Amino acid sequence: MTNLSGDPTGEQWIDDEAGRIVRPYVMTRGRTQPSRGKIDLITLVVSTGPAAAAEPGLGPEHHVIVKICERPLSVAEISAHLDLPAGTVRVLLGDLVDRGLVALQEPVQETGVLDLETYKAVLNGLRTL
Amino acid sequence: MDSGRSDRDAGRVKLPTAIKILIAGGFGAGKTTMVGSVSETRPLRTEETLTDRGVGVDDLSGVEAKRTTTVAMDFGRISIGADHVLYLFGTPGQQRFWFVWDELALGAMGAVVIADTRRLADCFPSVDYFERRGTPFIVAVNCFDDAKRYEVAEIRMALDLPPDVPVVLCDARVKESSKTVLVTLVEHAMAARLRTRPEQPVTR
Repeated sequence: MTNLSGDPTGEQWIDDEAGRIVRPYVMTRGRTQPSRGKIDLITLVVSTGPAAAAEPGLGPEHHVIVKICERPLSVAEISAHLDLPAGTVRVLLGDLVDRGLVALQEPVQETGVLDLETYKAVLNGLRTL
Repeated sequence: MDSGRSDRDAGRVKLPTAIKILIAGGFGAGKTTMVGSVSETRPLRTEETLTDRGVGVDDLSGVEAKRTTTVAMDFGRISIGADHVLYLFGTPGQQRFWFVWDELALGAMGAVVIADTRRLADCFPSVDYFERRGTPFIVAVNCFDDAKRYEVAEIRMALDLPPDVPVVLCDARVKESSKTVLVTLVEHAMAARLRTRPEQPVTR
């Protein structure tokens, strides 16, 4: 492991093989799995209301998620906005779901079970782009 | 999952249905270019990490045991009315990233395999993967300016594709071209869906 010398804060640690590893797992207090089931990259997340500023156990990233998910965002988009790995976002989302601060909508999980109206809507949408 | 509470809370806001389409292909084939040309914003980036859960379960051939593997993916979003949102994921073509593919392919509407005729073999793993998994896919040949032009039939033969898999020529930089590719894929996926489950009701 090497400290990325270009970073003046010395905060970003980089594993030669794996990339940045320290910060995200500090944020999740070492957890790599969310407190509840599997969360897809396109699972949509929406806030159910503002989080109390002093909610115990929540870090700044939790509050950012609640804020940006006032309009529904996918796990992938949250990951991109926070510049955090998707796995870290899943753990943080588990905390927020436990507290009832966000609601999740899982996508259809099997190819071939999407309804035909969905295909038609997507086709029409693409054609009019 | 505390689905009771989630459902009730989600009921306050009508959430769109999220759909994903994978854009696969070898390094430099034009995946991110296509995502960017047709999405409503510039491509965003997310990162998946292979954690302990996969070890000993997934096929890790080519990946040394107990090593963290990270893969970055560029993706884009296309909002379709208020009811649907389409996500396009550029997926790296190398086999060692299959742990990500399995998750991405789950529930995907279909996949575009981008072929670069200068390095056609780079898209073999993607073609094999989607064929084996039964994910509807098409091949989009990205016509690079400096690449020799081939006929669709030649490419079809070189890739040993089943006759029903569409092959289209495209320029991933051009929105209209990328749009045509996606429309071709969704039409193909819809036809495949009708063949496998024609008896399904039209609405959920």
